[in-house]
Amino acid sequence: MTAALSVQGLYKSFGELEVLRGIDLDVVEHEVIALIGASGSGKSTLLRCINLLEPIDAGRIVIHGEEITAKGVKADRIRRRVGIVFQAFNLFPHMRVIDNITLGPRKVLSQPRAACEAEAIALLERFGLADKASDYPDRLSGGQQQRVAIVRALAMQPDVLLLDEVTSALDPELVAEVLNVIRELAGGGMTMVIATHEMGFARDIASRVCFLDDGRILEQGPPAQMLSDPQQPRTRQFLNRIIEAGRL
Amino acid sequence: MIATASTVVFFGVLVFIVVNAPGWPRFQEAFLNGPIFGDSLPKLVSKFWVNVQLFLMAEVLILLFGLLLAVLRSLPGPVFFPLRLLATAYVDMFRALPGILVILMLGLGIPALRIEGVPKDEFFYALVVLTLVYSAYVSEVYRAGIDSVHPSQSAAARSLGLTQLQTMRYVVVPQAVRRVIPPLLNDFIGLQKDTVLVSYIGVVEIFRETQILSAATFNFTPYVATALVFVVVTIPLARFTDWLIARERGRRNAGGVRVPSRRSRMFGRLA
Repeated sequence: MTAALSVQGLYKSFGELEVLRGIDLDVVEHEVIALIGASGSGKSTLLRCINLLEPIDAGRIVIHGEEITAKGVKADRIRRRVGIVFQAFNLFPHMRVIDNITLGPRKVLSQPRAACEAEAIALLERFGLADKASDYPDRLSGGQQQRVAIVRALAMQPDVLLLDEVTSALDPELVAEVLNVIRELAGGGMTMVIATHEMGFARDIASRVCFLDDGRILEQGPPAQMLSDPQQPRTRQFLNRIIEAGRL
Repeated sequence: MIATASTVVFFGVLVFIVVNAPGWPRFQEAFLNGPIFGDSLPKLVSKFWVNVQLFLMAEVLILLFGLLLAVLRSLPGPVFFPLRLLATAYVDMFRALPGILVILMLGLGIPALRIEGVPKDEFFYALVVLTLVYSAYVSEVYRAGIDSVHPSQSAAARSLGLTQLQTMRYVVVPQAVRRVIPPLLNDFIGLQKDTVLVSYIGVVEIFRETQILSAATFNFTPYVATALVFVVVTIPLARFTDWLIARERGRRNAGGVRVPSRRSRMFGRLA
C-alpha cells in the first residue's frame, strides 16, 4: 500500500521553542489516525505543518507520492488537497453558510456557482444542515458551526482531512453531533488525521492512535492496546490523568 | 432637571458677559450684520456646491486609493517587501507634510512645469492633492481594520487553497471595511472642512467667495455665514457617525463571537 500521507523527520520551532522534534508518520489511504497528547505536545502544529500553514524547519511531507515540502511547490495547490478543520471553526462571519462552503470551489477550483451550490446543498443535507444554508454563522449553535466547517473542508474534495480538536470548543451536549459526522466520514473511507482529547471516540473510530509527547511520537499502535495497555511510562501517566478526569 | 437648570444658567451668564462687553455694538456691526448676511448667504451656498463636488469626488478616490495602500502594506512575506516599503514611505511622507504645503507645492508647482497635456484646471489639482493627502490617513484606518481581523480567518481561507490576494479580497477586506466605517466617516468630516484649503491655489469655492465678499463689504459677516453653512452640513454627519459607532458597539457586546479562542496565540500570522 502506498502512503496517502507521509511525514518524515519533521522539525518545527517557533523562535527558541522547539515544538516538533523529529516526527515520522505514515498514513495509508482510508486510515484514521488519532493524535493524542497533552496540550503543547505539538498536535496542532503538526496538523498546521501538513496543511503548509506553517513553514517547516526540516524534514519532508509527502502526499500520494508528491513531496509537498519540496522547493518550488505551490502551497496553494497543495492546500486544496488537504482539508483542515479548526478548533474554533473559523467560519467566515460575513458570509452565509452556503457561501462559506462554495467559496473554495468557486474561487480556487473555478467551478460555476450553480454547480458548487448544488454540491454544497447535497453535503448539507447529508449532515442534516440543509435548512441552515442561507443563515449567517452567528445564528448557528457551536455544533452546527463546526459541522458547517467540516462541510466547507469536504467541498474541496480533499485527499486527506485534518481535524484539530474540533470538539474542544463545544458545549458537552453538542459534541456528539460533530463526532457522528466524523464517524460517518470514517465509515465512508475518508483518510483523516485527528488531534483529539476524546479518548472514547479515538478508541471507536481510529485505526491507529499516536501519542505525542514533547514534539515526538513517543508511542503508537491500535487503539485498544494504546488506551488500555500502553508501553511507555509517559503514555501511562497521560492516560491516568485522563482517567482521573473521567474522560475515558 | 438639574442638567437643564445648570445649562440655562451657564449660557445665560455667558450671553450676559458677551452682550455687555464694551465692544459689543461694534462687534455686532462687523460680524452680525443682518443685511450683509442676507446678501452673502445665497452666494456662499452656491459656491459651496464646488466644495461638495470636490468632497464627493475626492471621497470616492480616497476610499479606493487608501484601500490599495492598506492592502499593499498588509501583504506578508519577503516577495512583497518592495511594495510594502513603497506604500509605507508614501504614508509616512504624506502624513508628515502639512496639507496646505502639499496643496501649494503641487497645485502651483506642477502646472508651472508646463508639460504638454498636463491639465491646468485648479479644480483638478485640488482633487488630486486632497486625494493624495487623505489617502495616507485613510489607509491607516483600513490597516487597523485589516489587522483587527483575526489571523485564524486568513488561516481558514488559505487552508481552502485561496491565494494571499483572494484571501484579502473575499475574507479579510470585507470584514475589515465593515469595522472601520465609523472611523472612516470621521476622517471624511475632516475632509469636508479641509476642502477650503484649496482656495489657496485659486479654486473659487466657499472660502474664497467669503474672502471676496468680506473684502467688498469691509465686513466679517460673510465669515459667520460660511461657518454656519459648515456647521449645518457637518453636525448631522458627526451625529450619524456617533450613531453608527454606538450601533457597532451594541452588536459586539451582543456577541457575534462565541468561541473562547484559547488557541488564538498559536494561530500565528501566515508566513
